[in-house]
Amino acid sequence: MLQFRFHGRGGQGTVVATILLAKAFFKAGYYVQSFPLFGVERRGAPVEAYLRVDRKKILIRTNLYDPDHIIILDPTLVSSVDVTRGLKKGGWILLNSSDHPTNGGTFSGYGIAIVDATRIALKHGLGTRTHPIVNTAILGAFPRVFDIPPLETIIEAIYEEVPVKVEKNVEAAKEAYESVKFYKTPMGKEAG
Amino acid sequence: MKTVMEGSHAVAEAVKLARVQVISAYPITPQTHIVERLSEYCADGTLDAKFLRVESEHSAMAALIGASSTGVRTFTATSSQGLALMHELLHWASGARLPIVMAEVNRAMAPGWNIWTDQTDSLSQRDTGWIQMYCEDGQEALDRTLQAFRLAETVNLPVMVILDAFFLSHTYEPVDVPEQEQVDEFLPPYNPRFYLDPDNPCAFNQLAPPDVYMEMRFSIQVAMEKAFDVLGAVHRDFGRIFGRHYDMVEAVECDDAEIVLVTSGTVTSTCREVIKKLRSRGKRVGLLKLSLFRPFPVGEIRRNLLKARKIAVIDRNCSFGAGGIFAQEVRSALFNVPNHPWVYGYVAGLGGRDVTPEVIEEIFRHVETLECPEDDSFWIGVREVENGIGSSR
Repeated sequence: MLQFRFHGRGGQGTVVATILLAKAFFKAGYYVQSFPLFGVERRGAPVEAYLRVDRKKILIRTNLYDPDHIIILDPTLVSSVDVTRGLKKGGWILLNSSDHPTNGGTFSGYGIAIVDATRIALKHGLGTRTHPIVNTAILGAFPRVFDIPPLETIIEAIYEEVPVKVEKNVEAAKEAYESVKFYKTPMGKEAG
Repeated sequence: MKTVMEGSHAVAEAVKLARVQVISAYPITPQTHIVERLSEYCADGTLDAKFLRVESEHSAMAALIGASSTGVRTFTATSSQGLALMHELLHWASGARLPIVMAEVNRAMAPGWNIWTDQTDSLSQRDTGWIQMYCEDGQEALDRTLQAFRLAETVNLPVMVILDAFFLSHTYEPVDVPEQEQVDEFLPPYNPRFYLDPDNPCAFNQLAPPDVYMEMRFSIQVAMEKAFDVLGAVHRDFGRIFGRHYDMVEAVECDDAEIVLVTSGTVTSTCREVIKKLRSRGKRVGLLKLSLFRPFPVGEIRRNLLKARKIAVIDRNCSFGAGGIFAQEVRSALFNVPNHPWVYGYVAGLGGRDVTPEVIEEIFRHVETLECPEDDSFWIGVREVENGIGSSR
């Protein structure tokens, strides 16, 4: 079983991102389970959402404490939330950022991949400068980093589930897939 | 068709497929997504039902009592304080023998204000004459909701379909949504044996003096007992039409088990995983999942538990001054049978505290080491508290 934790802010589409991804994985033949942090949500406040995927039926129904990988939709969370809490060594951090994270050093033992999801979202008219909707761009980057699920299943899920600006969201996902930068591997090596 | 769906939406899908005619509800977290989705279906015409918005849960149940009395299929959903506010009318619904179906998303009672899962809300309504079914996952939530209408309309008693907050209500997972034709075959239109005609108004539920009241109550008890057979038939039909098989209880690895864990709701799922792990270490342990709570399936419980030496009941609820409610019920179900096993009661996971595999393993180790239960009830994963009444001066 693989476990993913998503960090974002209320209003960015973090929960929707895990639902879309769950549907994409399901299309690719996986069992899935996704859920938000069980609490009260407020716009702009840090939120978390989770995804479990497996080749067999997922029986465990508890909170998720030890993700294999994390996805960060808002770069400002890195300095305000303990994003690597419980993250297994060797895991990847997929970060929405315009540049290499300045405190990349604190992420020792993890791989770092970045995608400028905010720029891509705004370019395609998704959200506003103060409230970019970055979830579909992040989803496009996801299969590039983790090799699963196929980008096509993510695009299919966007077509089925996203109610507005479908084509723009698909374009954002495709562009994000192409523009992922690998900053370092979990072994600490500079990645190409 | 199999699709990824939230637990709440699985219930809403079942209500739509059941062609419910009147829905009345008042919003409360964590039930909200159920009636939210249904109100959308009613607004866009996907579901041809009257959706009554009311000012409270008390009124929601009152509205359904009126609607159901006229012989139509009815549904509502609530949680916690909302269910408590309905309490008076829950008695009315069963006493008037109305087949109302309600989804109840388990949420802790306040104070302290808490929106997370805890079974004390639904179990507080144990004696209201409602049938209660507890669900393990999204598929069961959909399937039990469909079954609830058949059962309710056959025995003329209301049915509560109960699901854990968040761990089920807000969790997305694959759910097989049946075709409308299949559901129509399983659940024909409601054909009431008696109903009120709004065009010919009559007085109803007049004074019932001592010479008739007791028989009215006895008939509820008889209907509850009859519900076992009816539910058996419902399960058979359901299995035939949908290919998914249910029972009042489900025994996992109980045949040679020395210790059997008894669970309800989503804890069951996690417990299945723990049982596998413990079995692989050579432990003779089994699991009994309780789906039906009212009527309480005493026969099934005896049949599955009497071979074991020790029973550990995990309760996500508490009757203060007594202990976990499922544990009390299981203990009393076994008591009149000779050589019955010890029953250990564990209160865990109140107010949404997680019941992890580690918690379940801790319970197992406790039962394993303790020759007999020295207390009727153990609290798991709880910090020390003062004497409960404040320090004395």
